[in-house]
Amino acid sequence: MHISSLDAYRPRASLIHALDARVKLVLAVLFIVATALTPEGAWPAYVLLAALVLGVAVASQLGVGFVYRRSALALPFALAAVTVVFSTPGRPLLATQVLGMKLALTGAGLVRFASIVLKSWLSMQMAVVLTGSTPFPALLQAMRSLHLPKILVAVARFTYRYLFVIGDEALRLMRARAARSGASEGRSGGSIFWRARVTGSMAGSLFLRSLERSERIYDAMVARGYDGEVRSLRSPALHPRDLLVAFPFALALAAIQLLARIRW
Amino acid sequence: MLASGILTSPAPMHIPDGFLSLAVSLLCWVLAAVGVGLALWRSGKGLGERQVPLMGVLAAFIFAAQMLNFTVAGGTSGHLLGGALAAILLGPWAGILTVTTVVAIQALLFQDGGLLVMGANILNMGVIATLVGYGAYRGVMALARGQRWGTFAGGFVAAWASVVLASVATAVQLIFSGTSPAAVALPAMAGVHVLIGIGEGLITVGALAFVAVVRRDLVEPARVPARGWRWAAVGLVLALAVAALAPLASAYPDGLERVAEDLGFSGAAQDAPYQVIPDYAFPGISNQALATIVAGLVGTLLVAGIAFAVARLRRRAVQGSVISD
Amino acid sequence: MAMDSSSEPLAPGSLIRQSYRCSDVPIGPHRPNHVFPPPSAPCIEIHNLSYAYPDGRPALRDVSLSVQPGEKVALVGPNGAGKSTLLLHLNGILRGQGTVRVMGQEVAEPHLSRVRAQVGLIFQDPDDQLFSPTVFEDVAFGPLYAGLAEDEIQRRVAWALDQVGLEGYAERISHHLSLGEKKRASIASVLSMQPAILALDEPTAGLDPRTCRRLIRLLQELPQAMVAATHDLRLVRQVFPRTIVLDEGRMVADGPTADLLADERLMEAHGLK
Repeated sequence: MHISSLDAYRPRASLIHALDARVKLVLAVLFIVATALTPEGAWPAYVLLAALVLGVAVASQLGVGFVYRRSALALPFALAAVTVVFSTPGRPLLATQVLGMKLALTGAGLVRFASIVLKSWLSMQMAVVLTGSTPFPALLQAMRSLHLPKILVAVARFTYRYLFVIGDEALRLMRARAARSGASEGRSGGSIFWRARVTGSMAGSLFLRSLERSERIYDAMVARGYDGEVRSLRSPALHPRDLLVAFPFALALAAIQLLARIRW
Repeated sequence: MLASGILTSPAPMHIPDGFLSLAVSLLCWVLAAVGVGLALWRSGKGLGERQVPLMGVLAAFIFAAQMLNFTVAGGTSGHLLGGALAAILLGPWAGILTVTTVVAIQALLFQDGGLLVMGANILNMGVIATLVGYGAYRGVMALARGQRWGTFAGGFVAAWASVVLASVATAVQLIFSGTSPAAVALPAMAGVHVLIGIGEGLITVGALAFVAVVRRDLVEPARVPARGWRWAAVGLVLALAVAALAPLASAYPDGLERVAEDLGFSGAAQDAPYQVIPDYAFPGISNQALATIVAGLVGTLLVAGIAFAVARLRRRAVQGSVISD
Repeated sequence: MAMDSSSEPLAPGSLIRQSYRCSDVPIGPHRPNHVFPPPSAPCIEIHNLSYAYPDGRPALRDVSLSVQPGEKVALVGPNGAGKSTLLLHLNGILRGQGTVRVMGQEVAEPHLSRVRAQVGLIFQDPDDQLFSPTVFEDVAFGPLYAGLAEDEIQRRVAWALDQVGLEGYAERISHHLSLGEKKRASIASVLSMQPAILALDEPTAGLDPRTCRRLIRLLQELPQAMVAATHDLRLVRQVFPRTIVLDEGRMVADGPTADLLADERLMEAHGLK
């Protein structure tokens, strides 16, 4: 529920940027699935996966720092998993008593926690590379080609187009409110109910403006021949380079999975 | 242009990849697909040609509305999830599609929520929150028999219920994936969101009040009141179904107490290579239920506390860029 | 969804920006219904058009006018005069009493899609008009929904962007453009349909002087018939030889721009000065 930055896309002249969006989307999802399937504690497999995504990140010229930083955004959610260290049965490493509650930190628990955090972080890295190397409209077009429901994709295109426009309007409303709030930060006057109501009014006003805008947009569409059907141009065919990258990548994922199960 | 890095307190509802097991992920995808498919079918009938631009722009509105915040206390702020508001203003089916789009774009564009677990996020925020919220709204409206207070009470209850139920569903998914033990996940998630839900309720009521003044027709459904009971029933059944999973999940292995019991504690204490036993034993707190509640409170405070601290740090870092833009 | 065959698709390289000398409207008293019958078939004919808003307020009262192919007409008047409302009748978004004919076709049901292919309506806020993520998709929208073949669509997009001076902007993301670029992109999005008539709502609103000048030059060069609702008198003077004054939904003057703008009393009486 936070907008941590605008468009994730960073234009570069890299191999990854040049790949077809459909291929990138499918490979990214395969990677995430593979990560999810990797058993807990199969450390060599995790290392290989990390190396794989690192390689892709380097090839994309997005900058390893950029990828690592943005993928760390998910980590606060790891708090949700932290108590698993106490609740997984296994050999206890540390025993403690807190408020009369007996807690045992187990080795198995630590392994599980670390695996969850790793899976999450690696998946995020791949997602960051995907969105950093693919313009969002191309991603949407790829989803349409992959036969995701075309109405949803069409709605998503409008949402992408207008979220910055309406976001700007929201920002202006907030600035106008800040300009009229004499009190300093954190000690605003008025009860919490009043403040919530002001915010609610801002939301209501934004809603009506958006509604009216959607009607004008519909008129503009009709003026150019819109008939209710969702249409778009066909995507160009795949380039041999796309397949040359896709197959080895998929094979590498499969190999890592096999390795993870056989050895550990 | 938008200043970068606008962050309100991160509500822990968007599940990232890696936190749900593959089985749970896939099941949620299936359920979400059913809900969204139903919505696609039904919303087309109501809105016709205008459907696509209307839902697209309103999804953008929800995005922007989620940026609106108000100071709750000190450096923290409350903000909007929007599922209930979308359902009340657009109807349940368009509401589902709109919030689903928001969730998908949050994941794809801002990495807020994972790709593989998107099914679960869509299920929780797009389907469950919306339907429960709508059911609650219509239920309260039916109770109020057309009086003004129905809209506002309905809006509040709808918003609160949608947030809480969505959080319970999230917790259940985490529990069944083995990511979080029931004793912590449920109280923590539900506890935090009971509070967040209040903020959601207040903003929703504020928005409805505004819209009711300017465009009355949008807030009062022209539908037959009798149908309201049907919708309320739908919402209630869904809420109960989700809530019923909670005790089921509590019985799931890996519960905190189970572990401690299995280890037969004093023996375990001796086996452990390191021993840290601060003397915090309180007389009488060996009671099972109380211990669970304490664990829950600890979990809630932990999650909430760190979340607020992180929000505060980020807010400070970002303050300048918002105003000086 | 076939396009009217009377407008042939123009090959990209072959189009030279032609400056049409707009047909002179005979000088006569500045009152409606004193314009002499035109020599060839008009592309727009409006007879006794009246329209009221849903809440009952009258927006247009008994408006009649006609526009020749290639003619450029400015619609001026105070806010609320009905200028935008009139434009919305040209492609049937609004329907009132009286008749509106475009290219000889009545603006009503069986002909509506053909009419819309002939009238390129450019809205006041380019953010309403550019509703696709990329410029290419917006400019391709009209031809796509007209059912044209893919290579034809590609050609039209390239041509339209070239016409407005936005070559190379195809893959740009709409919300990253400046206001001037957005205005030109909206014109391109309509040009790609190759309409005979352009209807513009406040084309220069919000533009800085330099961007304004560029837009004026563009409008001078485009050969289509034009009807523009505007407050910008400099635009009117430079691009539109004929001006119609609307006030409270009524047409109060119709004549050569130079004469109307020189009439101080007329200008003041209708909130134009």
